[in-house]
This record gives sequence, C-alpha cells and structure tokens, in this order.
Amino acid sequence: MTKAILVNLEYCTGCHSCEVACKKELGLPKGEFGIKVTEVGPFKYSEREAVKDKWEWTYSPVITQACDMCEARTAIGKMPMCVQHCQAWCMYYGEASDLVAKMDNQNRWALLTNKEA
Amino acid sequence: MDYREFLDSIDRKAYHEGEWRWQEGDLTVTRTNHWSPPGCHNGCGVLLSVDKDGKLVHIEGDPLSPFAGGKLCMRCLDMVEAVNHPDRLKYPLKRAGERGENKWERITWDEAYDIIVEKVNWIKENYGSHTIIFDHGTGRNIGWQLPLFASTALETPNVCNFGFTGFACYLPRMIGASAKMGEMTIIDVSETHELRYAAPTFRRPDICVVWGNEPLKSNADGFLGHWIVECMQYGTKIICIDPRLTWLASRAEVWLQLRPGTDACIGMAMLNVIIAEDLVDHEFIDNWTYGYEALVESVADKTPEWAAEICGVAAEDIVKAARLYANAESACIQWGLAFEQQLSALGVTAAACDLMGVTGNIDNPGGNLLIKCAFDIEKRYGLGDFKIPREEYAGKMTLSAGIESSDIVACAATDPLMLAVETGEPFQPQMLWIESANPLACSGMDAPRMYECLKKIPFVVVADPFMTPTAVAAADIVLPVAMSCERNAVRTWWTPARSISKCTSYYEAKSDEQIILDLGRRLKPENWPWKDDKELSTWYLTDQYAKEGTRYEGDFEELQARGGFKYDPWDSEYYKYKKGMCRPDGQPGFDTATGRFEFWSWGYNHWGVDPMPYHVEPKDSPVSNPERFKEYPFVATSGGRSYEFFHSEHRQLETMREFHPYPLVTINPEAAAEYGINDGDWVWIETPHGRCRQKAFLFPGIKKDTIHMEHAWWYPEEEAAEPSLFGVFDSNINNMTLNFETGQGGIGSGIKSFLAKIYKYQEGDQMPGVKVTREGGWMDYIPGVMAGDKESAEKRAAEGNEYLQKQLENARRVQNLKVEDADMQGRNALEYAKEHADEVIR
Repeated sequence: MTKAILVNLEYCTGCHSCEVACKKELGLPKGEFGIKVTEVGPFKYSEREAVKDKWEWTYSPVITQACDMCEARTAIGKMPMCVQHCQAWCMYYGEASDLVAKMDNQNRWALLTNKEA
Repeated sequence: MDYREFLDSIDRKAYHEGEWRWQEGDLTVTRTNHWSPPGCHNGCGVLLSVDKDGKLVHIEGDPLSPFAGGKLCMRCLDMVEAVNHPDRLKYPLKRAGERGENKWERITWDEAYDIIVEKVNWIKENYGSHTIIFDHGTGRNIGWQLPLFASTALETPNVCNFGFTGFACYLPRMIGASAKMGEMTIIDVSETHELRYAAPTFRRPDICVVWGNEPLKSNADGFLGHWIVECMQYGTKIICIDPRLTWLASRAEVWLQLRPGTDACIGMAMLNVIIAEDLVDHEFIDNWTYGYEALVESVADKTPEWAAEICGVAAEDIVKAARLYANAESACIQWGLAFEQQLSALGVTAAACDLMGVTGNIDNPGGNLLIKCAFDIEKRYGLGDFKIPREEYAGKMTLSAGIESSDIVACAATDPLMLAVETGEPFQPQMLWIESANPLACSGMDAPRMYECLKKIPFVVVADPFMTPTAVAAADIVLPVAMSCERNAVRTWWTPARSISKCTSYYEAKSDEQIILDLGRRLKPENWPWKDDKELSTWYLTDQYAKEGTRYEGDFEELQARGGFKYDPWDSEYYKYKKGMCRPDGQPGFDTATGRFEFWSWGYNHWGVDPMPYHVEPKDSPVSNPERFKEYPFVATSGGRSYEFFHSEHRQLETMREFHPYPLVTINPEAAAEYGINDGDWVWIETPHGRCRQKAFLFPGIKKDTIHMEHAWWYPEEEAAEPSLFGVFDSNINNMTLNFETGQGGIGSGIKSFLAKIYKYQEGDQMPGVKVTREGGWMDYIPGVMAGDKESAEKRAAEGNEYLQKQLENARRVQNLKVEDADMQGRNALEYAKEHADEVIR
C-alpha cells in the first residue's frame, strides 16, 4: 500500500502554509524544506491558440527526501501537517489508489509519493 | 474540494472532539483561538501544546473549528518562534538616556504603574484628561479593550489611529454600508454557518467581484481570503478589479487593471451598463429601495467609454464585468482597503453598495450579507465613552463637520490632534499612550512629521511585545505585552463569538486585559469592578452597560469549554430584511432613515457628502497634475500585503524573513529596463516630499507606468538607536505619504495613488534615517495643511482649487477652535436623518 498526497494544481495559491507547517514539524532550519512550492509564471501566452492571452501562474508543491508523510501523526489518525494546513484546500492524503480516483480531467492534478526510509 | 467529505474524514477522536484541554504525555494541549499579538484580523481555531516547563512547543490548526477548518497561514504556523523569540520584552522599562538613545532601566510593574498613575492624575488635574492621546492600531484583539481603558480609566475621548489620516481603514465602508442598508455587509462564502459549505441553505456565489484587495494575503476585516478559493472549487467565478495581477486576477473571467485611485468610475460605469441594459432586479428595486430614479439620473452619462478613459481599461471589459455580475443568480462584491485609501472613499463605497442594490444581491445566499457581530456583542466602537466627563468629551478633536460629529464615528480625528501637538492649539497634548501600534513604521502617514510630533509630546507610554522603532524614538515607559496564547480574552468579528485561553506566560509580560485591569483599578476604581480577565470577558460577552445587554447567554468559561466558539443564528439567516429582523420596530425593511435600501442616502446627505456615487481625481495623478507626471512618471500605489507579515509585525522572525527578506517595489520589467534596474537591485522611490529604498521586484502583472511599494518595513536586526531606529525610515513609504489630505467629509486618504520617480541606489547615498533624525527631514510643514506642499498649497488655493480652499478653511477653523466650541458628540447621524425623513429631498 502506498500513502500519497494528491494536489489539485488549479487551486494552489502559493501561500507557503504547507512549507512552514512541514518545516516546523520536522524541525528544519533556514534553507531546508520537507515540501517546497515551485512557481511557474506569471506570464501571458502570446501565440498558442488554445491559451492565447491567458495568464499562466501555477504553483506546485514538491516533496523532498525529508518527507515521511508525517508517519507519527497519521499513525494516530491525524492528517499530515501540510495537508491539514493547506489554505487552498487543494491537498488530500490517503492511499494512492483511492486518490487516483479523484483525478478527473477537469483539473490538473499531481500525485506525490515519498520514498520509504 | 467536498466539505461534507472533509467533515466525514476527520478522525474526531484523534483531535479530541468535545475537550478544550487535555494531556498528551508531557504536553498540555489547549483548544483555543489565535488572535493577537502577533497577528491579524482573524481568530482561527488552534491547538496549542505547552510542555511541562510551560513553554509553547507546538501549534497546529483545529480541524474541528469551522472558521478556518484547521487551516493556518504561515505566520500562525511560526507561532512557536514568535512566542519564544529572544527579542521579546521581558520586563517593564523606563527610559534611562535621551529619547532615541535606546537606553533603558528595568523597573517593576508596580514602579511602572506608580509613574503612570502619578503622571495621568497630574495631567487630569492640570490640563484635563482630553490632553491624553490614545493610539491603537488595526483590528487586533484590542478593539474593545483599549477604548474601554481610554474612556473609563484615562478618561480621554481622543482615541484614534494616530497619524492615520481620513479614517482610511474600513470605517468608510462600514459607515457607507450602514447608511445605505442599515447594516454592515460581507460576502457570503458560508462563513456564517457552523456547517459552512455543507449548510443546506447556503449556495456559493456565481460571481465574486474581488475589488481593491488581495484577500488571500490580506485576510482583512474578519474575512479569510481563501474561503473564496474554496467557493471557486464549488464553481464561483471571479471578476477582479486591481492595478496588480493577483492569483485571483490571473483566474478571473474579467480582470480590470485600472489606474490606482479611479475605482469609483468602474463602479459608476457598471451601474450605467446594468441600468441601460435593464439587467436590474425590478422586484427588489420596487419593493425595497429608495431613490432609484436619482441613481439612474446620476449615472446616465457615466458610460463605459467615459470610465475606460479615466481608468485605463477597455470599455468592453467593463461591459462584460457588468453583465456577468448582473446576470448571475447570486453575486457578491468582496471590497477592500483600496476603497478608502483614495479620495473617492465614500463615492466608491456608494457605487459598490448600489451595484448590490440594483441587482438585489443583498442578504441572499451567495450575495452580500447584512451582518452584525455575533449576538450583538460588539455594538459600536468606543466602549464606555459615555463615562467620560462631558467637559473632557468636549475636547474630542474633529476636523470636518458632518461625519465625525456624528456618533457613528467614535474615534477622534488624527489630523487635528497632530495639529494640536504642532501648534498647541486648541490645547497642548500632554501624553500619548501607544498600544498595538507602531506609527513610525506603519500607520503614521508622513513618518518624518510623525517623528517630530512624537518628540513634542511630554510623556509617552508604549505597550508592545517587542521594542519598536516608535518606542525607541519616543517612549518614556515601555510595557511588555503578552501574546495571544498568554491571555484570557473574548472577541467577535462577525461570527462566531470566540474565546482565547491562556496556556502559558513569558517572563513578566502581561496581557492587554491584565494591564488595563491593573491600571483601571488604580486610576478609576469605581469604573473597574471586575476581579480578573475572565470576569471582564464575561461582562463583555453579556452586559456592556446595556439595558438589554447582548444576546449572548453564557460566560467566558462556558465559551471556552465549547472549544472557544459559538455561532449566532441571526447572522446565518438570509433575507433578514424581509423577515423583520433588521429594524428596531420589528417591521420588514432596512434599518435606514427610510426603512429601505437607499440609493439616495440620507446618511450621506446629512454628512455633507454627495449622496450619489462620485469620483475625485487623486491630487497628484497624470490627469490632475500632468506637469509633475513628466518628472515623476509613475503612479505609485502601496500597501499590498504579503503572506509573511501583518503590517509592521513579524519582521523579527527568521522563518518569515527567510521567505521575504526585504521590502519589494514591484516594477514592470520593461519600465525597469529603461532605468537599468535589475530584479533585486536596491531602488529609490522618490516624490517631492521624500524618498525610501526598496528592492526591485520585476513583475509583468503591473502596468508600465505603475509601481507598487510594500508598507510597514523596519529591520529589527539593525541598530535600535538613532539615526537608524531599526532602519525604520529607510524603506518607509510614509516618507512620501501625506496627512491633512482627505476625501469628502474628512473620510479617505490619497495614499494609494500618487506620483513618484525611481532610480537605482548608489553606494554611499544618504539613508533616510539620517536625513530625518539628524537633519530635520526633507522639508518644513504648514500646520494643518497638506504636509510639505508649501509652495503649491496656497498658490493652488488662490488659483481657485476648491478642494484646497476647503482644506485651508478647515485648517483655519481648527486653529481657531476652542475646547468649549468643539462638537459635543451626542448626535447620531442616522437618528437625525430619520427625524427628517419626511422632508422633501430635492
């Protein structure tokens, strides 16, 4: 069974809550992260017809080697810190196979898994 | 996002449902709310873990608290660092050197209280208590406590946000909405329901107009911006009106990238389209409103083309926005601070209210709600001011007639108080109490002038969790204030009513409640009967001197045991105006002069403000001052928030500075290239009034002729003593903002729209701290007139500038004002209007 975090990229606002929630949980010092939000944009599409004149501004969290999916928390029924505090309500935690079922074609989704220690 | 699914998925046992305090090993966990300090306008549910030594070691959101659903922003998540920060003030301090030298002597609380009590009583006896100015900042959980202290212990009516001209934070929207619809209004994104998005009567807005704010970052006025993102996942579409691209603007159906300070024109043009195309809600207009014909007439010539030219947007985009808004089944307007930080403050407020009115989007699911603070607990600002002796109340300072002389504005006006400090007229302020404010860093417009002003006040007390630039520059006594997790308190801002539970303490820091109780008992024991903070909180929840009290049943301990929140069913009811829930007489209708939603507003008219939407061009803009625009070719706007900071707070925290190390001036990349400015360069921003230095942030989502500056920056890591004062002047946009410049009725200020130039910082350039503290700043001031504008103010008035003539007239009037001539604050604008409702309007 693979535990995973599902992210709806349409709604990640780049608010940094997941990053700080994780940093504090893992006790990571300045410059180190267990999850980090990357940013694409903003830019305006100039040529490609389907998206012409649309703004692109997408945030996407990336989990690092430090991530243990909040093992200690989830073992007692709590949510991982990043998922619990996601202000945009765009993160979900659970079995990867269950989360895949949420991945409709109406949103851009990212399914994140970690590597067992 | 499926909220019902979320609720069902929570392991309620793991989060200790039904308990407010429990043990987890060595840790004591408390279910409470975080409000402030440090912090913001909201009160999110948190779970706080304290170890056996009493140290806060962990914070997380409370998923069982519906307000935030367990979500927290990065500042709250960094609370352990804030609470245990080594820079926190541990003991009361007395100044040991000169002001500005940062030399202090540790004293006991009793010594501090003795000094303060002796001084206050001496001032009361010799000068009168009205010569005490009380300054507090925005929205923190001191909004009822500190006015109560000022009124019933210090006995001064001169409570204000000192240095912050024009009541330019939320008040204009509150009084504007109250005048037009009898209540405040907030958008419905389910926040009034305990069941939130799953509440059966709730329906998400089809359209949300996000106007003049970036709610995801600002979370202003009791409203969590991300609620909008949750609604977007249920289908809400966005219209955004903002000079800057925001995350919401990038996802908007229409983004109107207007010139700062021209918002009212957008509103009037949208009204024009909606009326011309007959997209109005005739049922609502016919049955529930007043003065519609006057509105139709007033916007008849305010075409999209007219607005497009002024605002710098496409006319067809205004049309599109108007149609989307009006054709939606439910639509709401999330308005923001930009409304009042422009001279059209009440004009744009009127336009926005009228948009709600013509489309009937009032108190409907997904529209704009009529709202009160839960259980009528917070009735009005200025708690206890009736206890101020009348002869002292007469010394309450106001500048213009009308609005300020109505009870609807309980705070004093800052400009005449500053004038009093500068001129001794009509009295010389003897003391300044600053709590939950840092005027040199943040709220003091024209910071160099504020600096000089502070130096002229004989006795200054600052109460704060940290040593601030303001305290170093001016304080004689500094009191260490406890943080949120160290206080017992209650608060409402809309709904639910919430409690805050004390979990720990920090050295000798005391809570705002404890300080005012201790001093209240010493200064005016008959006014301070409460035995402790809990009893005071219970009195606030249930009594507050009122004949019928509040609608809250219970007490502090009961609220605490509920987990710290209780929703008010009044707020979650829709169409209250149809159900007789708004008017005191229980009849259907609105609590306005006419009992109707007023397009033509009696309240506005009474205040001497144009009762129809209006636009006032910024004083210095490409339109009003094209000559200056040649030399200062950017429209400078400011004050946009970031996730890391609440105003001047959080600058000490390493984690916040890791994400946001320096203040940023946003510049369009093409404009920056013309000036040889690269991303990350230090850049001067300059007006004829002063300059400050911020780092260039190149961003394509701002127009080429517009820049945006961040506010409230100081550097706790830099030297505290003058000339540095923690670098408070170096990046301070208030080196350029002006006091004594307001919109109609003394309301609104021009600080979000003025002209500036930019150029690269060169090594060795003189820093503003030196300029201000060692060389007397950039220029002299004419007391009571727009700061520093000496060469132009009187000249332009003489040339027939009516606005300036009025300013000068006001200034002269205040200069001539005697204490006994000041307005007695008994009149209530709306009461007055009601009494005259049968008079012919025009």
